[in-house]
Amino acid sequence: MTAGYNTVSMGTGRREFNPKKARPGLEHYISEAGKGVLKQIGGADNVDESVIGNFMAARFNKQANLPGFIPMIDEKLQWKPATSVEGACGSGGLALMSGMKSVLADVADVVLTLGVEVQNTVKAIYGADILAGAGWFQKRKNGHAYFFPGQFSDRAGAYYEKYGFDRARKGMARWFANAMENARLDETAQEHHNTTPDPYALALKMKPNGAAFVDNLTVLDCSKVSDGASAIAICSEEGLKKIGVDKKDAVEIVGWAQVVRDITNDPKDPAELEAIPKAAKQAMESAGVTIDQIGTIETHDCFSIAGILAVEGLGLAKKGEGADWVDAGNTARDGYMPMNTTGGLIGWGHPTGATGVHQAVTIWQQLTGKAGKAQIEISDDRPYGMTINMGGDDVTVVAIVYKRGA
Amino acid sequence: MTYEERLQNVAVLGAAGKMGSGILLLTAVEMADLSLQAENKGKSFVLNAIDVSPEGLAGLMNYLRAQVRKVAEKKTVWLRKMYADRDDLVENYDIIDEYIFDVMNVIRPVTTMAAAYQSNLVFEAVSENRELKVKLLGDIDKNNPNKPWFFTNTSSVPINLIESEAGLDGRILGFHFYNPPAVQRLVELIVTEKTGEDVEAFAREYAKKLRKIIVPSNDFAGFVGNGHFMRDALHGISEAEALAAEKSIPLYKAIYIINKITQDYLVRPMGIFQLIDYVGIDVVNFILNVMNPHYKDEELRHDLLEKMLEQGVKGGQYSSGAQKDGFLKYKGGRMTAIWDIHKQHYVELEKFKDECDEMMGEIPDSVVAWKSLLRNKKKDELLAAFFNDLKAAESLGAQLAVKYGRKSKAIGQKLVADAVAHNIDDVNTVMLTGFFHAYGPVNNFFD
Repeated sequence: MTAGYNTVSMGTGRREFNPKKARPGLEHYISEAGKGVLKQIGGADNVDESVIGNFMAARFNKQANLPGFIPMIDEKLQWKPATSVEGACGSGGLALMSGMKSVLADVADVVLTLGVEVQNTVKAIYGADILAGAGWFQKRKNGHAYFFPGQFSDRAGAYYEKYGFDRARKGMARWFANAMENARLDETAQEHHNTTPDPYALALKMKPNGAAFVDNLTVLDCSKVSDGASAIAICSEEGLKKIGVDKKDAVEIVGWAQVVRDITNDPKDPAELEAIPKAAKQAMESAGVTIDQIGTIETHDCFSIAGILAVEGLGLAKKGEGADWVDAGNTARDGYMPMNTTGGLIGWGHPTGATGVHQAVTIWQQLTGKAGKAQIEISDDRPYGMTINMGGDDVTVVAIVYKRGA
Repeated sequence: MTYEERLQNVAVLGAAGKMGSGILLLTAVEMADLSLQAENKGKSFVLNAIDVSPEGLAGLMNYLRAQVRKVAEKKTVWLRKMYADRDDLVENYDIIDEYIFDVMNVIRPVTTMAAAYQSNLVFEAVSENRELKVKLLGDIDKNNPNKPWFFTNTSSVPINLIESEAGLDGRILGFHFYNPPAVQRLVELIVTEKTGEDVEAFAREYAKKLRKIIVPSNDFAGFVGNGHFMRDALHGISEAEALAAEKSIPLYKAIYIINKITQDYLVRPMGIFQLIDYVGIDVVNFILNVMNPHYKDEELRHDLLEKMLEQGVKGGQYSSGAQKDGFLKYKGGRMTAIWDIHKQHYVELEKFKDECDEMMGEIPDSVVAWKSLLRNKKKDELLAAFFNDLKAAESLGAQLAVKYGRKSKAIGQKLVADAVAHNIDDVNTVMLTGFFHAYGPVNNFFD
């Protein structure tokens, strides 16, 4: 993979965001992200096919048939193959998988892979309906008005019960603080302009209030409502030569896994994730690496509790100790395992269908030294990066392991 | 009759007006919420929206639909519980739409007064015309077999006069909302000597359900709110005239100066002339006309207001809520010019603003913005520091401001001395919650 590009993640938090003014739509974001990649790979002539990941344009924007927008990026993409894929917030990850499979099947050498979502077309209370499509609709009636925050609030509640409220809240506050610290370093991040003097204290002070929102989470525990797109080129070695990009400016995909969990079943234990650990384990096995060889991870923190549960699911901390491990600073940018180094879903933003691709772009930036101010140090003994992208409540998961090209 | 039963048939008179539409919105929401309670399922709730203007009623329905949506969006969590038994309503979209329908379904927009003949409760929000109020309420009472209760939104007419002239005998009280009723939290509650205890108890419960803050006022024309505002406004006008004479400047310049004093120097949401425009010069004059005969020792009127009206300059608001031009001319909510009463046209601020600002002198650095104070825990400290600097300063602006602050306090104290308000706290609460002031007029800042 190479030539990643992110648009700004637009929404509350960005200074230029004004909910009362008209804003760019899908076309703008698809076009900007697509062009951003084409510029780095010698133009559209070099692209064999395109994939676009998106979750709910059909409802947020009343728009389907997204492959039809690909030639709008560049007319030379017309009359070539394009596909769109959907797996809720895991759509971006599925787009990557789809592109990778085309390359592996030897039907394409260069796949332009995008993810996009434009969500600020409706108020949050209606957006909650649309995003609830990531769950099983049969459960919607008895769910919370803010359906997904409600789902993860239940997970957080179970975690508090099992392992203690105060410990958990400290870990979640640290997760938020890390997200802000990292987002400030990335110009495209939604929280880039964040100036909260002490985000940790702020998050710790704010108590969940079920009367106003959900029982066990505050708004600071939640990812953002975002408009944005990310794109990256997936290439064979042949393709890389064709576009004239040096291997050291690309990341090699060394392992991957994709798993789904039955959407009609409730989680076995709400204080634990199942699909994420399985996908991550399989991805690492297929890459032949262990967790201690991985230098940085982008994980799907749609809610801070999801970040903490992922830490436990990856075996970085024992069950019930993930919050402590995070609070101790292990996932901070200078910690043992820097996670979500451009802010993740809580800090960078969560344009749902784009998130999986954004994660890949961040890992590509970090492993190839292109992360700018957000750059972390990648040591030689832990040269791998990993992305974990989740659709729904631990349902559609893609995990990918990367290494800098050589 | 229980609280719910009383609210099963209600009428609002003047429903399409500025105050009526807000009262209608709040009452319709309260009635619909009651209808959603399990114990009230199957009961009918009817809210007659009565107004002489069919166009006004059409506009009212549009206003309500948009406002009820906002209300519903804020309480969707609760609404999902209320509609839990409705399998056909799954998404927030469905539930909010259903709630909007349920609220609108309570309302009967009509132009005939007879719609109120079955009501148990009648809100009156017609224009500030005593004869009209008396006639309407008296007619309804004669034709309504339910011995209805009457809540009048008058901001100036003594309630006991309406009561005796319309023959309502203990079934009326003053329930005075502030504009806009859906936003301002203050309600002035005025009972007469005869008002029934049950009527007052209901009024208090209703206000509580609407999350309003009640301040009781005695039954004197203007009550507490207008009792203060009208006198404060008259003081502003006299100050402007005096300043114009003393400094030999045109009145419009003095109006600019006094308006700025009352906004920036006294840290209020609006300057006094802007506030008169907001309420409407015609409305202010009308209220003064109602109040004036009741206060023998004061003259509550001013030629300037009459003159403005003669020149056709009225202020007030468009139905969209946008401000009409009055003493000041507005563009996009900002003032751009001031009316020259002699030449009868607006003079652009650009032409004289700097000169006036220079006359007023430097405002002390400790100045604080009204908006920044509202939720500031150190509000009193910040105000004291700024006002102390004003007292110490010798500039014209500072002197005018201190004088104005003292006068405003005296007006507040007089309301208590005259037994219009029960106490100083009530006066301050009215100005804080009904006028959005950042501090009460009766304070020690200017002593």
